[in-house]
Amino acid sequence: MTSHRVSGASGAPLKFTFDGKPYTGMEGDTLASALLANGVRVMGRSFKYHRPRGPWSAWVDDPNAIMTVRKGAVELPNCPATTTYLENGMNAKAVNAYPSAAFDIKGGLDLFHRWLGAGFYYKTFIWPNWHLFEPAIRKMAGLGHVTDKVLDGYSADQIHDSCEVLIIGGGPAGLAAARAAAEAGLNACLVEDHKSLGGGALLEQTIEGHAPTEWVAAHAQAITEAGGRIFTHATAYGIYDHQLVAIIENGSFGTAPRLRRMRANRIVLATGALDRPITFTNNDRPGIMSVTGACTYLAQHKVLVGRQITLVSNNSYADAAEAMLSAAGAEITRIAPTVGPIKAIGLKTPVALTQHDRTHPVDTILASGGQTPLVHLWRHAGGKLTWCDARQAFLPDSNPVNMVAVGAANGTFEMEPALEEARTVGKGDPSERAETQYHLTPLWPSPGSEGRQWIDFQHDVTLKDIELAARENYVSVEHLKRYTTLGMASDQGKTSNMAGLAAMATIQNRLIPEVGTTTFRPPFVPVPIEIYHGHHKSKHWHPVKRLALEAEHRAAGAALGEYGGWLRPAWYGTGGMAARVPDEVRMARASAGIFDASPLGKIEVMGPDAEAFVNFIYYNTITTLAPGRIRYGFMLSEGGVVYDDGVVARLGPERFLISCSSSHVDGVRTHLEAWRQDGNDPDRIFVHDTTQHWATITVTGPIARDIMAALDLQTDISKDAPPHMSFLETIWQDTPVRIARVSFSGDLSFEVSIRRSRAQDLWQALMKAGTPLGAGPLGLEAMAVMRAEKGYIMIGKDTDGETMPHDLGFTAPRDKKSTAFVGDRSLHMAVANDPDRKQLVGLSVSAGDAMLPIGAHVVVGAIRQRSLGYVTSSYVSPTLERPIALALVEKGASRMGETVNVWHLGETREAVISSPVFFDPDGKRLHA
Amino acid sequence: MQLFPCPFCGWRDEREFLFIAEAGKERPDTTQKISDEDWARYLHSIRNDKGAVREVWMHLTCGELFILERDSVTMEVIGSIALRKDAA
Repeated sequence: MTSHRVSGASGAPLKFTFDGKPYTGMEGDTLASALLANGVRVMGRSFKYHRPRGPWSAWVDDPNAIMTVRKGAVELPNCPATTTYLENGMNAKAVNAYPSAAFDIKGGLDLFHRWLGAGFYYKTFIWPNWHLFEPAIRKMAGLGHVTDKVLDGYSADQIHDSCEVLIIGGGPAGLAAARAAAEAGLNACLVEDHKSLGGGALLEQTIEGHAPTEWVAAHAQAITEAGGRIFTHATAYGIYDHQLVAIIENGSFGTAPRLRRMRANRIVLATGALDRPITFTNNDRPGIMSVTGACTYLAQHKVLVGRQITLVSNNSYADAAEAMLSAAGAEITRIAPTVGPIKAIGLKTPVALTQHDRTHPVDTILASGGQTPLVHLWRHAGGKLTWCDARQAFLPDSNPVNMVAVGAANGTFEMEPALEEARTVGKGDPSERAETQYHLTPLWPSPGSEGRQWIDFQHDVTLKDIELAARENYVSVEHLKRYTTLGMASDQGKTSNMAGLAAMATIQNRLIPEVGTTTFRPPFVPVPIEIYHGHHKSKHWHPVKRLALEAEHRAAGAALGEYGGWLRPAWYGTGGMAARVPDEVRMARASAGIFDASPLGKIEVMGPDAEAFVNFIYYNTITTLAPGRIRYGFMLSEGGVVYDDGVVARLGPERFLISCSSSHVDGVRTHLEAWRQDGNDPDRIFVHDTTQHWATITVTGPIARDIMAALDLQTDISKDAPPHMSFLETIWQDTPVRIARVSFSGDLSFEVSIRRSRAQDLWQALMKAGTPLGAGPLGLEAMAVMRAEKGYIMIGKDTDGETMPHDLGFTAPRDKKSTAFVGDRSLHMAVANDPDRKQLVGLSVSAGDAMLPIGAHVVVGAIRQRSLGYVTSSYVSPTLERPIALALVEKGASRMGETVNVWHLGETREAVISSPVFFDPDGKRLHA
Repeated sequence: MQLFPCPFCGWRDEREFLFIAEAGKERPDTTQKISDEDWARYLHSIRNDKGAVREVWMHLTCGELFILERDSVTMEVIGSIALRKDAA
């Protein structure tokens, strides 16, 4: 075996399989380290050419080894083998490979690479039609597949947290900074994405005279003792406004991770740096790995990645790596990649490396083109970058608010200055970036080179693709990225972006900082979508408001549905909507229906300026409304569009009750508060939303008065008392009740409101009185039919974002109201005066016809039809025994009696425009 | 996710706030004659300044309106001022 476990490893053995073959790993392994310990190198296939791939690195920057992992009943796609910790009983499978990563039947695709360059989809599949090819291409594309099984209990908790200093990265700089912060008495938190702390410290022989593990343990202990908190196996994956850091806390395989929303006063970024790949011919082959990756496998997992290693590096880090790897038994050859082009020979593992006319036999090639500081989170927070020529890297520049980078993330690559910088910053002092001893010979891709040289390993973007994109003028890095898919794989270009933009810089003869980087966006590592929605899903997504009478409705066999945020009875009893709704309408028209209207808005407006305020808010004149009387009216937006309709009752000289639409209460309350506080004296007007304090039960129908009489109220409700559109407060069974004589059904109605806690008593009393008389519960669907029979509108259903009150036939205030009101001036703009405005009308069809579909267009013209408007509500009226519909139609009011065409999904029918009031147009029943 | 300072409740999550309007906009006296242009300007023109802005926001949970001064580029919050005359 080329890669193998060296002596000195200890840990419980863990059994697992990869592509069906059994292997044994060790506690603490990742899938990648366990496979390398078993001599397995080919762990996946590339996206486009199905080239064999092995791990490039040992952690989040690896683009290659992606697996579908199953353990027990849980299967998760797209697990990076380098960051997935091994568990006993895991079954891993390479994605994008069949039957296995080692022998992939699509491997032959690589032979056609000449025709599969950047943009080949766009150029190839255009004739006759992309959609012809799309299904087959979609099937071939993608990595892994999602099972349709929903994982029970896979639900991410979301925790809100805060601290004074958050240190991101548990390597030497992070540990030093966290210890300094905690010991300075600050509330400090340290986040490390590995299960164990240490990071780059473990690659050192000694730190400050101690063995690395001892140094790390001592620091961890000191942090905890000083009151600091340490989170391991947790990744800070995004920084959002005002120092909000999203941290994903990983558990064991198959358990949902947890989101910690950490609000930090100050953030110290100690995220370290990555090795950049070197761009040479066949640099994507398994067995070509990063120098740091190889050292990490050795330090963390006691895995030596090869025996005959060629170390190809342009920087001063190579010496330490050579010492470390050769001490573990590897035979190391150093090659300077800067003196001439190199080429790897070998398919599934390198067998040689050539430079000039020399061939070096190898089994492993380790490459480093320099260190790239991990500045992703810095950019999330809005920090700027500056190009450093000495380090050939983008470094953090001016600090975003309350954020500092330390250690390798800041370009401070050497241990001593990094620790000093970290300690200074940790306790809150400013620090200057130290001079660096680190040096390297600049080494970037050379466009025009021979052979295929990989820039993006996962998405198969080669140097030739970058050159092609440049020739086709996709030269902006953002265009380059999208045209070639460079950096768009699941690793988000951690290894490929620098090489890609450097290649573009060379092609264009520009400097790297002139070309710039693409935008860094969260998440830094792939996170499951559950982390974003947490428990806010299904019934917790938008919890419904519950009626005080829900138990009564359920007992009466109600079919409950969500209406405007409330769980309300749609209809009652069995037989389904089609049977029950007409029955309920007929019952309510013949005797009476008892309807739960509790969600109806009940906003009280009080105070010495209340009258003027309500008059200003309403389209209609309110000053002339007498106490004890009710008026129907509209609230408009400042644009003159109808925002809400409903009734307003005057309870007294300085007290009004606004009954807005059930689904609009929060919006109306906000609307009222905004005008009250911004433009009025808020100490002379008070707005109080009492919607949920009161339950409201409506008794509607010809015998409503008889049912009300049974309540034995301390008030006269005999004929004509109280009259239609009046309001009174009285007592029922020692409890105050409010009675409004308003009607949404067109029949004699009493809206009775009582405090929520007594709703059940009132409901039972009304049902007891009504049932012997043929009355019964009335659902919302039946009420919707009854109001449409009467031509009563529902805002947002029978109106749209352009409807003004005069479109609905309410013209008087527009013409006559002399005081200011919201939206007034807009009602006299050119658009409001347009004679072609859509107006509310009724549409009638013959008794035996099907009802008109909602949304169907009223059209004119034979060849090129033009829409005059559309159907807004449509029902078969049980009362009239024929279909009825409401519609908004251009010049509708002047088209009464006109026969029009109604078009829907290719079918055209005829309908007659009529008044929207189909039933009891004289309103005799209202006053019964 | 931003934090805004309600003058009455202190720093709260941005999801508790509702943008009402840019500060300083005067509603014309609609009982007087107003040209279409002036009314349209009142209705539709929004400064949408880059940098320091003054806006009216509502803290939905307490219902109070206030002026929020913030930077629309850096998202820095400069301060908040109650709309109430006597709140200071």
